[in-house]
Amino acid sequence: MSAQTVKKQAFVSELLGRSDYAIIGEIVEPNSKVLDLGCGEGELLEWLAQNKGVDARGVEISGAKVQRAIGRGVSVFQSDIDAGLADYPDQAFDYVILSQTLQEMRHPLQVLREMLRVGRRGIVAFPNFGHWRVRFSMLTSGGAPRTPLFPHEWYDSPNTRFLTVWNFETLAAKEGIHVERRFFLAGNRKVKTLPNLMAEVAVYLVSRG
Amino acid sequence: MIVTANTLRFDSLSLDSGATLAPVEVTYESYGELNEAKSNAVMVLHAFSGDAHAAGISPETGQPGWWDNMIGPGKAFDTNKYFVICSNVLGGCRGTTGPGSIDPATGCPYAMSFPVITVGDMVRLQAMLLDALGIERLLAVTGGSMGGMQALEWAVAFPDRVVAAIPIASTTRHSAQQIAFNEVGRQAIMADPNWNAGDYYGKELPGRGLAVARMVGHITYMSDDSMREKFGRRLRGKEAFGFDFEVDFEVENYLRYRGSQFVGRFDANSYLYITKAMDYFDLTNGLRSLTAALEAVRARFLVISFSSDWLYPSYQSQELVRALRSRNCDVAYVELESNYGHDSFLVDVAEQSGLVRGFLASTFEKLA
Repeated sequence: MSAQTVKKQAFVSELLGRSDYAIIGEIVEPNSKVLDLGCGEGELLEWLAQNKGVDARGVEISGAKVQRAIGRGVSVFQSDIDAGLADYPDQAFDYVILSQTLQEMRHPLQVLREMLRVGRRGIVAFPNFGHWRVRFSMLTSGGAPRTPLFPHEWYDSPNTRFLTVWNFETLAAKEGIHVERRFFLAGNRKVKTLPNLMAEVAVYLVSRG
Repeated sequence: MIVTANTLRFDSLSLDSGATLAPVEVTYESYGELNEAKSNAVMVLHAFSGDAHAAGISPETGQPGWWDNMIGPGKAFDTNKYFVICSNVLGGCRGTTGPGSIDPATGCPYAMSFPVITVGDMVRLQAMLLDALGIERLLAVTGGSMGGMQALEWAVAFPDRVVAAIPIASTTRHSAQQIAFNEVGRQAIMADPNWNAGDYYGKELPGRGLAVARMVGHITYMSDDSMREKFGRRLRGKEAFGFDFEVDFEVENYLRYRGSQFVGRFDANSYLYITKAMDYFDLTNGLRSLTAALEAVRARFLVISFSSDWLYPSYQSQELVRALRSRNCDVAYVELESNYGHDSFLVDVAEQSGLVRGFLASTFEKLA
């Protein structure tokens, strides 16, 4: 129900300075069990624990970030995402969150499959490489695109995968991943039409159907 | 904060070996106040050569406790919030019954007639102490090294009595390398003629053997980096080599000093018994896997290892963390960067404090 409230609004307020977090904050049902992959310092998990009473767990590779997450009371373990998922039993979580991390994965498809093995639902948020500004940047500069969302030089970008909304939809269909909800954002605005061209960030709620 | 130790006596304790120890005494210290709900008790478990004096100043020796940097008002184990208990382990030589205690059957020290003990036996005695103090459930069990093993044993043996476990620089079982170092220590003691098959009480102590054992121990507690930083190749009180076998290097002096100091405060037979208990420790305890051994566990976990700890390397902590995840247990884990080797959990506590403080606070909140 709360997710529908989000849908009706043209603007999404930010949560912890991020619009995709606001969507995730709305989607996640109270008192559920959540695993956040690449959870950073655990800000989102802390918010979900305090405001939605979720049982919050996280995986993060950076020791310094893990320390700060544990210091704020969130159960985070230091590991890379691939190894971190392997040990969990099937369907151990209600939600597995992968927020703005898919584009940095070495084995994104494997991670998506594992997410939906370990969790009943997956929440995937990623920057859309198909956004018109990215296309325009590449067309006009002739170099690797640089936009506010992709600000890095080609040689120091953490992104190794450049996927678009269309790419994700195609992969989901091919993999039999059921898209329960999709949200497209440009800044704090919701995108209604031509998401592959107009969305800066996409948020998907997926399951095995 | 001056603290005094208390000693309780129990009629008997049945041991894993099948033997019974009767009577048995346990010496402990406590810091802070137990709250009315009795929900703020933290049991701190000491490492191999530690004792019940974990924090505060001992009136006898004037020395601070071995984890005084972690336990106290405003510290990681904040005694304004928590009631902290630490007892000397079974087999020890600092108040709790051990091989140096008097056997009531003979009126003489047990020496080698003391039964072989296990980490499980140590923990059952601690549970008896807790019963006597009227505490049903512990907010946390924690300790480094052998203290971490006891914390794990607590979580497995008494799953309903442990809300959270914080094993630090520890393992679910001793590796061949860890057993090997312990065996060198034991052999050094037993090779000392003064050891006399354990019968040395009231006579000349096996000081040479015990000192050598401690020297080896100290090497394993440090790291190549920390030794290079602390000693390098610096000479001790001389400009040139002595061309003899007196102390030349600073590191030699340090090890000799540490060794001889240890003889004054530790019983050689306790060294044998406690290291044997560590070597026997295996959380799987005959089960087919660690995951199976963790079946009953309900505690949440904070597991910490240190990057330069080669005695209890991070892979051992990670094995535990993976098994806990496969049980879908609530587990937080981080490897802290430190140059101090295995000793890090005692000396490099700034980051460790932040972790423990946050983890304990959130555990305590969830309980309320």
